[in-house]
Amino acid sequence: MSKIITMSEAVGRYVNDGDTVAIEGFTAFISFAAAHEIIRQGKRDLTLCRLTPDLVYDQMIAAGVASKLIFSYLGNPGVGSLHGIRRAVEDGIPRPLAIEEFTHFGMVGRYIAGASNLPFFPLRSFTGSDLPQVNRLIQFVESPYGDGPIGVVPPLKPDVAFLTAQRADSQGNSQLWGLLGMQKEIAFAAKRTVIVVEEIVDEDVIRRDPNRTLIPGLVVDAVVHEPYGAHPSYVQGYYDRDNDFYLQWDKLSRDRAATEAWLQEWVYDLPDREAYLAKLGQERLDKLAPGEMWSDAVNYGRYG
Amino acid sequence: MDYSPSDLMIVSAARALRGSRVVFVGVGLPNIACNLARRSHSPELELVYESGVFGARPARMPLSIGDPTLVSDATSVVGVADLFMLYLQGGLVDVALLGGAQIDKYGNLNSTVIGDYAKPKTRLPGSGGACEITINAGRIFMIMRLKKRAFVEKLDFVTSPGHLQGGHGRRQLNLPGQGPALVITDRALFDFDNPEREMTLVELAPGETVESVQAEVSWPLRIAPELRQMAPPTEEELSIIKQLAVSG
Repeated sequence: MSKIITMSEAVGRYVNDGDTVAIEGFTAFISFAAAHEIIRQGKRDLTLCRLTPDLVYDQMIAAGVASKLIFSYLGNPGVGSLHGIRRAVEDGIPRPLAIEEFTHFGMVGRYIAGASNLPFFPLRSFTGSDLPQVNRLIQFVESPYGDGPIGVVPPLKPDVAFLTAQRADSQGNSQLWGLLGMQKEIAFAAKRTVIVVEEIVDEDVIRRDPNRTLIPGLVVDAVVHEPYGAHPSYVQGYYDRDNDFYLQWDKLSRDRAATEAWLQEWVYDLPDREAYLAKLGQERLDKLAPGEMWSDAVNYGRYG
Repeated sequence: MDYSPSDLMIVSAARALRGSRVVFVGVGLPNIACNLARRSHSPELELVYESGVFGARPARMPLSIGDPTLVSDATSVVGVADLFMLYLQGGLVDVALLGGAQIDKYGNLNSTVIGDYAKPKTRLPGSGGACEITINAGRIFMIMRLKKRAFVEKLDFVTSPGHLQGGHGRRQLNLPGQGPALVITDRALFDFDNPEREMTLVELAPGETVESVQAEVSWPLRIAPELRQMAPPTEEELSIIKQLAVSG
């Protein structure tokens, strides 16, 4: 049976109030489509996890869906601050936000431990830093093999993850290329995984290039077909990052009223992603066309 | 020749990368400096980005360190887990070029908060990868503007360890990398080449004096016996910086 459903169905079915949610992707692959639908459905008290909360969580936190944030880099990359999150952290607007702060490698370790069923993940970080003093989840253990103490972090298993990929078949076997982020590890770590793709392809397409199948349908609960679902983030080879929007958000999000007006216009007043793209306009999308640079095909061999 | 203090800082950072093979590229100014180095005197320089790229050859200046231009034409693109585990923790990074908000005289860094952690005056981005980079990379070069509020006696928060309390601080904690080696600013350049591992003024930008630099540093500066002058940018370097800025 096909796992393909709409974003509205996916959010309705898999996201509960109070859940720990990961909409991941390192600069690339960020499913703004999922974030906007979560805002529209008025989910509450979510714990949001991401290495870089980015604009996607700035918007969700400004919309009041979250009560806690687990992260490692709180900025608009290359631009500046995340003003919505700062308002929540510094002034409790629109509601107070608890934070749990790690480093990138710390978050990486948490997802790996979650995915591979380990009690903790050891890493050479945190030594000499004040971070362990403000986050008791960061601990040190003595190596049983010598070499002194080593930092450890606990597993992170999100209740639900929304992960963008270039393409998947109807069973959720998903292929990705470009900046892979932590997509693979999170798909395995999360209790429920929704894959959001630019294209649905036949199973044949997947089977002809199995090395590119980073996420097997085995760990995928649903597939949502949502072209341009990552805008203003990007999907390698499909569209560019909309850097103009990242710059524009830096200005408008400084003002609470302007932020709320944006959410009203671009999220609440629109029924779905299709309407968002129509409002954005074809011209804007055309400007994000990436051009072409193809890889060569490889021979896997038939063997029988 | 016309150049800004930022140009001087970027050029000095790029020149410092001469002779390095693998450089870990931080957000912002480091990004420009590393790309300048690769496009001028160090074409063999391998640029590593924490987003998962080894051997990047960006066709345009990336706004963020996760730009798609870093992928196309790169030597290898891997997951963030492999990048941190195999490349960084595996000890393959010769030098990391990083920016920072606050630094103390032993090169310890704060990019987390100004003020109290629980009630910050200003909330900064946090570590990102900086904490593990400063621990694991071979050497650390910092690039930051010289300002009194950035060069402080005591950090509000230690995000990333430099030489800790100085001397053998890093060795005592068994940190793999050598720690901060250079601090490159728009008005002066500092190193840590002394047994105490204390930041030392070694180069002045044209027009600067020991007094004008000391005025922007909160502790009494250690000064090298012979001060050199930071060499101004060449025409070629300036034209590459301009290209990099335009293509972004």
